[in-house]
Parts: sequence; C-alpha cells; structure tokens
Amino acid sequence: MTKLEKTGELQFQGKNDLSTAGLRRRVFLYYAGVGLASVSLAAAGCKKESQIEGVSLGSGDVGILNYVYALEQLEAAFYIRVTESYYAGATDAEKALLNDIRDHEIAHREFFKNALGGVAIPPLDFDFSGIDFSNRNAVLESAIAFEDLGVSAYNGIGGIFEEEKYLTLTGKIVSVEARHAALIRNLISDGSFASTDLIDANGLEKARLPAEVLDIATAYITTIINAEDLPTA
Amino acid sequence: MKLKQILQEIEKVDEDVYSLSGSRRRVLRELGVFTKKAAFAALPFSLATKATNTQAQSINTAAIEAVLQFALTIKQLEAEFYTLAISSAGLVPAGAAFDAITTIRDHENLHVAFLATAIEDLGKVPVAKPVFDFEGGKGISAGVFPDVFTNFDTFLVVAQMLEDTGVRAFKGQITELVGAGSIITGFLGMHSVEGRHASHVRRMRMLRGASIKPWITGKVSGIGAAAQLSYDGEELAIQGGISIAEINGLSISIEAASESFDEPLTKEQTLTIIDPFLV
Repeated sequence: MTKLEKTGELQFQGKNDLSTAGLRRRVFLYYAGVGLASVSLAAAGCKKESQIEGVSLGSGDVGILNYVYALEQLEAAFYIRVTESYYAGATDAEKALLNDIRDHEIAHREFFKNALGGVAIPPLDFDFSGIDFSNRNAVLESAIAFEDLGVSAYNGIGGIFEEEKYLTLTGKIVSVEARHAALIRNLISDGSFASTDLIDANGLEKARLPAEVLDIATAYITTIINAEDLPTA
Repeated sequence: MKLKQILQEIEKVDEDVYSLSGSRRRVLRELGVFTKKAAFAALPFSLATKATNTQAQSINTAAIEAVLQFALTIKQLEAEFYTLAISSAGLVPAGAAFDAITTIRDHENLHVAFLATAIEDLGKVPVAKPVFDFEGGKGISAGVFPDVFTNFDTFLVVAQMLEDTGVRAFKGQITELVGAGSIITGFLGMHSVEGRHASHVRRMRMLRGASIKPWITGKVSGIGAAAQLSYDGEELAIQGGISIAEINGLSISIEAASESFDEPLTKEQTLTIIDPFLV
C-alpha cells in the first residue's frame, strides 16, 4: 500500500510533457466541470497554501481515503464508548452484536490508518456529550445515525475515486456498514432495516457527497477538519 | 484559449485514447490516473445523454451493458423468488415476517425496473427473464431445496444465500463502472440495499434459532454444503496487503477481521452459484 502516497499530485507531476499534460488536464477539467478548487490546483501544477486552519484531509484519492478514515474513527470511538459501560437493560445478545460492530469499526479504522501510512490524518477528538449513553434508545438512535451516514458516504465516493483498487476496498466495507445499519434499526424497530427515508423511488439507497456528510459528522468531531481540497465531482 | 483550440485538443486526446485497441482498463492505465476520470467525464456519457462519439461509446457501452445485463439477471432471480414466496399461501407468517419479505420483494422489483431502464437508455434491449427453479434442480431433477416454498426455514435459507451472493456479485462489478457517471452511484445504491436485506434475512433466521450473525463470519454459511460456494473466499483477513487480525496490536480476532470486510465474486463464480436455479 505504499503506492498510496504517490496518488494525486505526485503521480500527476511525474508526467514528462508537462505543458501538454497541463493543457490536457485543463481542457478536460473545464469540459468536465470539475470543482473550481481542483481546477486551479491542477492548472497551476503546484500545491495550494490552505487558507483554512485544521487537519487537512488532502486531495485526490488520498483525500477521500482520509475522509473515510475520519468517519471510521468517529464510528469506532462511538462504539468503544458504548461498550465501555452499556445502557440499562442491554441483553447479552445485544452486547455481543455491539461488541462485534465495535471490533469491525476498529478494524476499518486501523486498516485506513495503515493504508494511508505517512499521509494519514492524526487521531481526531470527539464530543459525544450530547448522547445519553445510559439510555438504550439514545444509544441505538445515535448508532443508526452514524451507520446510515457511513453507508451514504461510501455510496457517494464511487463517482469521485480515481483508482479502482480503492473502490474495491471501500466496496468491501460499505456492505458491512449496511449490515450494521440494518441490524441496529431492527433492534429499535423490527422491520425498519431499509425504511423509506433511506431508499428512493428506484429502490436505491441514499448517497451523500463529502461536504454533506462532514456537515453532519462534524457535530461530533471537535478537531477542525479542512476538506477544501477533496474532489467534489 | 479559443474554443476551437479546446475542441481540437479534446478531439486529439480522444483519438489517442480510442485508437488504442484492447481493454478499457489497459487504455486507461496508459493514460495515467488523472486523465482517466477526465477522459470519461469528457465523454458525452450518462444515463440522460445519447452517444455521439461512436467508437468511444461502443467500447464503454459494451462494458457497461454487460454489467447491467448481468445485474439484471440476478435481480430477476431475486424478484421472482420473493414474488413466488409472497403468493405461496401459508409460507411466510403474517405480521413482521410477511411485511419484511414484502419490502424486500418491492425493492427487488424496483431494481429490475431500474436496470432495465438503464439498459434501454444505452440503446440496448434488457435480457429476457430466465425460467427459474428455486428448488435448485435446474428444472430437470429434484433439487437440494425441494420444500423452498412450503417450509419457511428452507425459504429463509435460500433467501440468505441469494442475498449474500447478490452483495458479493454486485461488489465484483463495481470497478467495471468507474467513469460511468451516475450509473455507478445507482449501482452502489442497490449494493447497500442488498446488504441491508442480507442482514435482515439473517436476523430472521437468528430469531428462529440459526447460529449465525447479521454479518458473515469466516466462510461459514450457516446452511450447509449446498450453499458453501456462496461463502468460499469470505474468510479473507488480509486486505490490500494489510493483515487485519490483531492489527496494530489490537484485540481484533480472526473472526472479526473476516466479518468486517465482505468479499466480491466474479461473474463466473456467481453464475456457477446460481446455475442450479436456472432451467
């Protein structure tokens, strides 16, 4: 996975014929209507100094991988807190399932951490003070929110990844998140595993782009995240 | 830059791309990572637009159509399976079970319609629905699931097998759709719904005493040998060269490592699995 660090700008600058390559990029980007930030970055062929403080996710596929790494950090931190001291009335069966989910999220988190290596964002800080962890409903409703958000986030990156191999890996994770989401929904209300607020008229589950996801997720993330260089289309 | 120059430049690059023979992916590799996406974005390709660059379109349309036709066959299989179950008197218990199976059936029917429309938008004809034998005997012999529509537990076994297989089969096609615009997002939207179905069907079995979880542990089917092909390969615990069990010294078991990632199936593997259901 060391090649990861070469994606985005690095590989990009490795082109021999810079002028032609630059022209092609600009033409294509113009034609494709790619976000303004990436256009200027590409056309200039150099790194832009960020005007925003905080942890930068980076650009290109690295940026997307850091973005899902941030979400997995959030989910793992949440379930670690849930399983530290369970809500009142948690059955053994529920505890076993939630312990499993915690371990899956930790596995996802550590996978991205190792995959990103030197370009990984640092561990983020979280604030779950708005959640009453002693209350079953409060915990499970929050879990649903995080899981549904995660699925929609993974569904939303299919169109913006450059490298197929990363899409293969996130594709392996998103269906597991969907399994979690359905299970927790069922724990609250049996049969709500895929209710109509999630699925559109074509039977397709919601997809969210990073900006929308981060808007929701950052309510629980105290570290300031700078996502300005993420691909938007 | 003048518009004419821009158009010439696009034409020139298009020529470079599409005069190359060979697979789409090899062509893309030769272009490098970044231009790949831009080149596809520059194609007038989406569900809503019609072909203009004939050569480019023929390359892409063929690859994308193949994925959609394959996905349609899987969805036709699932849609008919749940439709027959719902209409089999006395099979699905009234109440929560009946409601859930109805919900899943409705999704599968929507997916059939979505895929058929997507194929028609490519200017192609959706494949005809095959004749199915859900007992698993190819319509010529006694299958391994003879009581699939009279025994609710057998029905759930086949449902679990079809859903888990569907998740894996769709997953195996995702990368074929890179650059296909809105199609890939729609495809991912079906894939995660399939994951939700699989989770729910597994839970229905759990509540009836089956020793399984909503996720796949190792390559355990929880069904028996008849379904093993649907689970072989799921035990993978190394992802992208990274070992997941005990990762970074944390207590992640080999079971959790396999559960936390679902594995793709190729088209050929999938067709082998569903072959007993095809007459």
